[in-house]
Amino acid sequence: MGAEGPRLPTAAERRRPPVIGPGHTFATVTDKISTIVLTRPTTPGWLAGFLVSFSLMMLLFYAIGYLLLEGVGVWGINIPVGWGFAIVNFVWWIGIGHAGTLISAILLLLNQKWRTSINRFAEAMTLFAVASAGLFPLLHLGRPGLFYWLLPYPSTMGVWPQFRSPLVWDVFAVSTYFTVSLLFWFVGLIPDLATLRDRAETRAARILYGILAMGWRGSAMHWHRYQTAYLLLAGLAAPLVVSVHTVVSLDFAVGIIPGWHSTIFPPYFVAGAIYSGFAMVLTLAIPLRAAYGLEDFITMRHLENMAKVMLATGLIVAYGYAMELFMAWYSGNTYEGFTAWNRIVGPYWPAYWALILCNVVIPQLLWFKRVRTKVPVLFVLSLTVNLGMWLERFVIVVTSLHRDFLPSSWGMYTATRWDWAVFVGSMGLFLTLLFLFIRFLPMISIFEMRELVSETEAGSSD
Amino acid sequence: MISVECKHTKPTQYHGALDLAAAREKLRACSGKQWWRSLEELAGSPHFEELLHREFPRYASEWADAVSRRGFLKLMAASLALAGLSGCAGKPKETIVPYARAPEELEPGKPLFFATAMTLAGSAIGLLVESHEGRPTKIEGNPDHPASLGATDVFSQASLLTLYDPDRSQVLTYLGDIRPWAALLAEIRVLLERQRLRRGTGLRLLSETVISPTLAHQIRSLLSEFPEAKWHQYEPVSRDPAREGSRQAFGRYVNTVYQVEKADVIIALDADLLSSGPGCLRYARQFARRRRPQPGPATMSRLYAVECTPSNTGAMADHRLPLRASEIETFTRTLALAVRGVTEAGALLPYAAWLGALARDLLRHGGRSVAIPGDYQSPGVHLWAHVVNYALGNLGSTVIYTDPVEAEPVDQTASLRELVADMDAGRVEWLIILGGNPVYNTPADLAFGERLLKVPMRMHLSLYQDETSALCQWHIPEAHYLEAWSDTRALDGTASIVQPLIAPLYNGKSAHEFLAAFTSQPERPGYDIVREHWKTQRPGAEFERFWRKSLNDGVIAGTALPPISVTLKPAWSSALPIVSAVSAKARAQEKAAGDPAPEGVEIVFRPDPAVFDGRFTNNGWLQELPKPITRLTWDNAAMVSPATAQRLGLTYRIDSTGGEHGQVHADVVELSYRGRSLRVPVWIDPGQADGCVTLHLGYGRTRAGHVGTGTGFNAYQLRTSASPWFGSGLTLRKTGDRFPLACVQFHHNMEGRALVRAATLEEFHRNPAFAHELGEEPPSSLSLYPRYKYQGYAWGMAIDLNACVGCNACVVACQAENNIPIVGKTEVMRGREMHWLRIDTYYQGSADNPEIYFQPVPCMHCENAPCEIVCPVGATVHSAEGLNDMVYNRCVGTRYCSNNCPYKVRRFNFLQYSDWETPSLKLMRNPNVTVRSRGVMEKCTYCVQRINAARIQAEKEIRLVRDGEIQTACQQACPAEAIIFGNLNDPQSRVARLKAEPRNYALLGELNTRPRTTYLAAVRNPNPEIEKAEGHGS
Repeated sequence: MGAEGPRLPTAAERRRPPVIGPGHTFATVTDKISTIVLTRPTTPGWLAGFLVSFSLMMLLFYAIGYLLLEGVGVWGINIPVGWGFAIVNFVWWIGIGHAGTLISAILLLLNQKWRTSINRFAEAMTLFAVASAGLFPLLHLGRPGLFYWLLPYPSTMGVWPQFRSPLVWDVFAVSTYFTVSLLFWFVGLIPDLATLRDRAETRAARILYGILAMGWRGSAMHWHRYQTAYLLLAGLAAPLVVSVHTVVSLDFAVGIIPGWHSTIFPPYFVAGAIYSGFAMVLTLAIPLRAAYGLEDFITMRHLENMAKVMLATGLIVAYGYAMELFMAWYSGNTYEGFTAWNRIVGPYWPAYWALILCNVVIPQLLWFKRVRTKVPVLFVLSLTVNLGMWLERFVIVVTSLHRDFLPSSWGMYTATRWDWAVFVGSMGLFLTLLFLFIRFLPMISIFEMRELVSETEAGSSD
Repeated sequence: MISVECKHTKPTQYHGALDLAAAREKLRACSGKQWWRSLEELAGSPHFEELLHREFPRYASEWADAVSRRGFLKLMAASLALAGLSGCAGKPKETIVPYARAPEELEPGKPLFFATAMTLAGSAIGLLVESHEGRPTKIEGNPDHPASLGATDVFSQASLLTLYDPDRSQVLTYLGDIRPWAALLAEIRVLLERQRLRRGTGLRLLSETVISPTLAHQIRSLLSEFPEAKWHQYEPVSRDPAREGSRQAFGRYVNTVYQVEKADVIIALDADLLSSGPGCLRYARQFARRRRPQPGPATMSRLYAVECTPSNTGAMADHRLPLRASEIETFTRTLALAVRGVTEAGALLPYAAWLGALARDLLRHGGRSVAIPGDYQSPGVHLWAHVVNYALGNLGSTVIYTDPVEAEPVDQTASLRELVADMDAGRVEWLIILGGNPVYNTPADLAFGERLLKVPMRMHLSLYQDETSALCQWHIPEAHYLEAWSDTRALDGTASIVQPLIAPLYNGKSAHEFLAAFTSQPERPGYDIVREHWKTQRPGAEFERFWRKSLNDGVIAGTALPPISVTLKPAWSSALPIVSAVSAKARAQEKAAGDPAPEGVEIVFRPDPAVFDGRFTNNGWLQELPKPITRLTWDNAAMVSPATAQRLGLTYRIDSTGGEHGQVHADVVELSYRGRSLRVPVWIDPGQADGCVTLHLGYGRTRAGHVGTGTGFNAYQLRTSASPWFGSGLTLRKTGDRFPLACVQFHHNMEGRALVRAATLEEFHRNPAFAHELGEEPPSSLSLYPRYKYQGYAWGMAIDLNACVGCNACVVACQAENNIPIVGKTEVMRGREMHWLRIDTYYQGSADNPEIYFQPVPCMHCENAPCEIVCPVGATVHSAEGLNDMVYNRCVGTRYCSNNCPYKVRRFNFLQYSDWETPSLKLMRNPNVTVRSRGVMEKCTYCVQRINAARIQAEKEIRLVRDGEIQTACQQACPAEAIIFGNLNDPQSRVARLKAEPRNYALLGELNTRPRTTYLAAVRNPNPEIEKAEGHGS
């Protein structure tokens, strides 16, 4: 099996690392993944990581408590900058949440086998990212207790949401996305939950995984229906990848503020979302595979592929930046022109230039295979892109608002410690959920890996 | 009989009168504390007593109800009290209990309007005060009053907040301990007897400028009883130079009133005639009426301004020349020579060409021009301005002289100096301070506070327990002018009765009542005192009618001072002596003026445009009011010119924490002046004259109250009695420290955007529609949606940028009308001030002497409103009359609307800004406007409550709302009539006609927002001669 099959691999195949390390059988795959959850004791590393994340999550709850007590005035927002970190973080997290579904759904539909070993935790990451994102629109409301007024429910007063507002579209887009992602993730987990149930050593674990496995017995009928359902869900989820960030981008594009009012926003936001999503997957995958010895499952092939996706989407994003600047000049619109210029040389120039550096300049290193295959470099690069994408949202939200049409109203925005607390805290929430996930659920799809093993074997026995 | 009258100006007209003499008599007859629960009990009404017996025969049990029995009775008391005595001792504890018996002519929910007047710095403004169930809630100008003409200034608008200020002094104290009024009376009696023996040798009275005829009469009769006693007057912002100038010119004190409307050419000599000082409202209106250019023959006046620090008048000027304060006398004298034909005068001065052109312009308009000297200039400037006006033949046409308005015009600085000398020498045994705050606001060289302590007995009547109260044994809480009877006079002498709107909230006494304590009738109410005085003036049977009419009108007919003819002293009235007298000195000074900085830097003191001389320091509305042009709030700063700042290396930093709209970190300098020094942040003020530093008075108070204590820097610490308004010899030292200043607009450059559109008169005549060519105007069809047809009313507003003098009255009026909270300096520094209406100020041209434009920006009520589309819950929606309504109840606070508002007129309650706790502030609020809570967006509503009231009234009368029937609060306050509101569907309405004018344009109209608020472009009327010399467009 593996690389030493009778068929000589083509030159391209030889250069390309495999999607699964050599020497794996069904049993080794199952063991390797399920023991992380079932038998291996809690490692000090996990515990330390979890504690740090958990403390950050507590910081989030504290910051939220203070926020609810005092009002959104504890943040740095003002007039003219009515949106600050909350919306920046919302868009950032939502963007991160794109990779999971993209990997699971679109790559599944495109029959990209290499997705298998990363799709599970990418999906989980999506869910947690969307959960983190979902907090912000609620918290940023002046009267958060009334968030449900954005929902079309049969109110006794007969009042509906105002459907022309992109914020209402947001509610639908994000909640749909979350629901479908959750379903997709859960459905994907069912066979593995059954595996865990069967291998569980304690009664409690057996019962818990048993309930979650929903009576999965692995019959051919089950498998048949399962495959159909999974494909259908993937079909459902695929357009959502595009729609969610399109709608989020419309929050800005529908506005008339220079720097927001732009037709390029939907595609450019989607590309940006995928860009940041893959960056985050890399950021998580690289330490995970090292910590749990999963180098055989998450191979260099995966890392390299993701790096390539990043490079491609990063170029789209760069094109977006270029077009923004070009249109600002070409349109001859005073306000657009000023906003572009103000981004470049205005008071927030460090953010703009850092964003260009992180999102456009540094990722060009990915053209080089030597860079793509060097894990620590890739890790740093992924962090850079994450930072860059956060800065991009900061630049879009803040620099557009802070100097718009009337110079008399120009102002500055500076985050307060509560802005930072909520931001850092949301990472705490995300990481806490992630740590729980890797501890209690198989972070790589066991059954799909087994399929992959069989397919690889079949392939090599050809 | 206490009479309360209403004004015939509002659709709701009422007459209210209640006889409560019996009640008062009964109260007076009692000794000691008498607690009474209602006026009926007080009056011993049998009905009430019966009620009392029936309701609780055995014990005073509390009702189980939410409203306790005692509470209920208090409510009854409050209701009755409010109904009758214009609110005797009454604050309603609740508002849900109906009147058991409705007071006559008072319908709950229907405001009444009463005429009264506010006195400030020796002059009065006539007012109409809106009263809701006995609570004064809004102050408007009295159209019949010569100083108001229906407009108000910031101080009268904000005086309402002072009335309800919870920091006001509430009790009479002796050495800090609470004392009853009777204890003070006893003390006064003892002291009086002691003084009587010595004919009042040790008795001194210190008052502010007294213009009240009644008060003057009271003081004079006190002085006649104590012939050796002395009466001193001192006010930090007095008109000494004007008085002295008139004395020098005419040999006597003369009051000057200008007819700005008749003047084709106006030269303001460091005079901010349009926004400060007596008559500014009247002058602003008269000025604005001559500034409405129409295509056709020119009728527009031309305004020149020479000033050291940019003022509203300078901003409105067609030509503005920045000169140091000390140079203005030379300027004026040279001008006087020039208009007398001594054309070579001033040839050496750097501004000779400017001055020559001005002189020729003035001469071309002899009799139709006016030179107006500033109150804070030297007497010489006044003298020479009189000469200029005389020479131009303006006397009797644009300049009217009358006898002084002050009851006893004196040189106040001299008067104070004499008092201080007496105190220092121990000749003062008993000092009575009637209002004012001399410990804080007297010149530093007099060391008033120190010397005050040498006076054995000190009594202070004051609204606040202030710096002076702290050094006086007795402090008597003063009644606010809305709480007490008095009288006063306007700039032309027209007298008004000051009518209270509410009984004293804190048992304050008016100056009249306090002075009555020195007579044989110590408990005489102010009402009787004032009425009696006027009875002696108008004896006869007609008095009652006269009294009622005077109260009703707010002015006493026929009390305006008649014009007098005065003759200029011969020394000034012929040309030759002038030349000989001044030429030598002038030449010397001209030489000096050529020097860059002859005597070091000059310091200039000015009353603050917001807190005045410090009396309004605890008034949050004024503290948070962005000062004209600089748009600073909450602090004063040393104004320096850009060139001076550069020379001294003074800068500012837009900090990362805050920024251009909010927070500016300015360099702190140490000002040293005549042996005293003060550390103060600098403000780089384009248009400030080089080599002079302007410092505003009124800040740096130590005992102002919760709002005002510790704001700003005390300029009085540098002020000297020798030169109270300006002086040279100032040195600045950069300290290296920085101080954060709260500034609501730091960016004054229009960035090449056509926001304020302006042209010269010539350009306007050539192309009246110039404003339309400066911006794109999309066709009205440019929308995906079908155009809405407004069937009934279509409200709209037009703002004339050529009329707006930037005085800020509209901003405070809006704040008062719409219950707009203040947020404090910290929040302003975060860019969160709440004003619904702001006055954007833009500079054009060089930093040394820019053109300054004001642009009031309320909500535009766009027909294609960007805010409405993005609100997810429909909390901001369009009304069928075209208003962009804000539904507070529905708002969840996404702030998306504000982000999407290109005009940034929306304001958000980031925190709980409205004070829901302080009881007195609850009384102040307009009951027709929601008090907003945290997390809710708000903005200008076009005063929708006023629109609705007028519409309801019109519907009841089965007619349409008449043009002019609805005035928005900003419009009503505006002295310049720059804001016009009305129905656009009525082509005959004033607003529709204004919008049809070629000057009318929409701000950011290119965005296709189709704003309902539009602007009339500014048109300046420069002198072509100067224009050519300066090079156009600089």
